[in-house]
Amino acid sequence: MEWCLFVAPLPLFLALVYALPLLGVVGWSLTDPEPGFGNYQKIFTDPAILGIFWRTLRLCLIVSLVSLALAYLIAYHWVFGPPLRQRLIEICVLIPFWISVLIRAFGWIIVLRNRGLVNGWLTDLGLISEPLSMVRNEFGVVIGMVHFMAPYAIFPLVATMRQIDPRVMSAARGLGAGPVRRFVEVFFPLSMPGVIGAFFIVFIFSLGFFITPAILGGGRVVMVAEYVFLQMSQTANWGLGAALSVVLLALVTVLIWVLLKITRVEKLVN
Amino acid sequence: MRAERPGGPSTLMVYMAMVFLIFPLLAIIPVSFTPKRFLSMPSDELSLRHYEALATSPEWLGSIWQSLMVATASAVLATVLAVLFALGIWYRRPRLTPLLIGFVILPMAVPPIISAIVLYFFETRMGLYDTLPGVILAHTVIVVPYAVITVLVVLSQLDRRIERAARNLGASLWQTTVFVILPNIKVGIASAGFLAFVLSWEEIAITLFVTSFDVVTLPRRIWSGLRDNIDPVIASVSVVLIALTVAAVLVRTVAVGMKARRNKEASA
Repeated sequence: MEWCLFVAPLPLFLALVYALPLLGVVGWSLTDPEPGFGNYQKIFTDPAILGIFWRTLRLCLIVSLVSLALAYLIAYHWVFGPPLRQRLIEICVLIPFWISVLIRAFGWIIVLRNRGLVNGWLTDLGLISEPLSMVRNEFGVVIGMVHFMAPYAIFPLVATMRQIDPRVMSAARGLGAGPVRRFVEVFFPLSMPGVIGAFFIVFIFSLGFFITPAILGGGRVVMVAEYVFLQMSQTANWGLGAALSVVLLALVTVLIWVLLKITRVEKLVN
Repeated sequence: MRAERPGGPSTLMVYMAMVFLIFPLLAIIPVSFTPKRFLSMPSDELSLRHYEALATSPEWLGSIWQSLMVATASAVLATVLAVLFALGIWYRRPRLTPLLIGFVILPMAVPPIISAIVLYFFETRMGLYDTLPGVILAHTVIVVPYAVITVLVVLSQLDRRIERAARNLGASLWQTTVFVILPNIKVGIASAGFLAFVLSWEEIAITLFVTSFDVVTLPRRIWSGLRDNIDPVIASVSVVLIALTVAAVLVRTVAVGMKARRNKEASA
C-alpha cells in the first residue's frame, strides 16, 4: 500500500483547492442574491444574456472553422513539404505558441488599429481615405483568436497525418486516382479523426476564453467568458457570474463527452 | 509519400499562413524603438528610451521579480506533486486510474474563466487573496495537469523490468524510486518543470482574479498597460520576451536536428 503515498497527495491537494471550491461556486449560484434558481431563470430568459450566448457560439464557430482550414494547410505542409519548409513551419508555429497571449494580442493591435500598419500601408497606396476599423469589433477578435488557436489545431492534425499509411496513398495512385481524387476520397477521410479533434479542441478553448476578446474587442465584443469577468470584477454580481460559469461548464462537459464518444483521444495524443 | 507533395498554389498559401503567424510579433519590434512617448512606428530616428524605462522602472522590475518567484515556486510544487502521482500510477495501475487521471487533469479542460472564479472563491475564504502564496497555489492548480501528462508520457516509454529488477535485488520502493526510476526519467522531469514554469510565467486569466494590488505579476502589469493609452514600454517588454522565446525555440530545433543526425549516423 506504499504506492498510495505516491498517488494520494495530488488528488487530495486538488480536492481541497479546486473541487470543493467548485462546489462552493455552484452553491453561490443558487444562493446569491437570494436562494433559488433566479440566476438560472435570468440566464435563459434575459434577451441580453441570450444575445451574448448566441454571439459566443457564432464567433466560436467562425474561429473554429477558420482555424481548422488554416491549420489543415499548415499541418499538410509540415508533414509532406520539403525538409527546409518543415523546419520553417516548425519555427513559425512554435514561436507564437510559446509567446504570451497578451503579447500576441498586442501585436495585432499594432497591425490592425486605425493608425496601425495595415491602415498606414493602404493609405500610402491610396486605396483608402478613411482608416478601416479592424479592432474593437468582431473582425479583430476573430483574427486574434484564430492566431491564438491555430497551433492547438495544428498539433492533432499533424499527429493524425503522420499516422496515415503511405501505402494506402500509393495504392490509390496505382489504381489510377488523380491527385484531387486521392485527396478528397482517400486522404481527407483518413485525416478525419484529427479534423474532429482539432475542431473540438479549438471550439472548447474558445468558449472560455476572454483575454484576447477583451483586448481586441475593446469591450464592444463581449462574449460569455468576458461577460462573467465583468460581472465579477465590476458589478459584483457573484451569483449571476457563478450561474453563468455553471452553464458554461455544463456546455463544455457535453462537448468533451461528445468528443470522447466520436473519437478516441489516444489517437490524438502521440 | 513523395506522391503527396503539396502543389504550387498551396505552397504560396502556406507561406502566407506563416506570415500570418509570425507577422504580429515582428510588428512589435520597430515600435519598441520609437523615440516618441506614444505607440508609433519610428520614422527617422531610433531610440532606446523605452528599454531604458523598462530597465530602470521599479514597478516593471518588481513585477519581473514577482513573476520569477511565483513561476519557480509553482513549477517546483507542481512537478513534485506530478512526479509522485505519476509514479504511483505507474507502479500499481489501480483500477481507478482513468478516473484519477481524469480528475487531476480537470483544471486543464475547464475553461480558464471558471477556474478563475473557483480559485477566487477558495482564496478569499482562506485569506490568501492577493498574496504571493495564494498566487503560487492558484498557478500550481492550473499548471499541474501539464506536468502530470508530461511525466506520464515519459514513464510510459520506460521499461517496466528495471523496477522489477531493482525490487528483486531487495531495494525498497523508496530506494527503487530514488536510485533507479528518477535517474531514468530526469529529462522528463526537467521538461515537466520547464513547461510548468513557462505556463505560470505567462498566466494571466487566473491571476486577474486572485490578485489586485499587492501582487502584480509581469503579465498582470502588461494587461494593465494594454488599457486605453498604451505605453510603448509594453513593446520593449514584449521584444525582450519574444527574443528569449526565439532563442529557446531555435536552440531546441537545432538540438533536435543534431540528435536526429547523430541517430542516423549511429544506425548507418
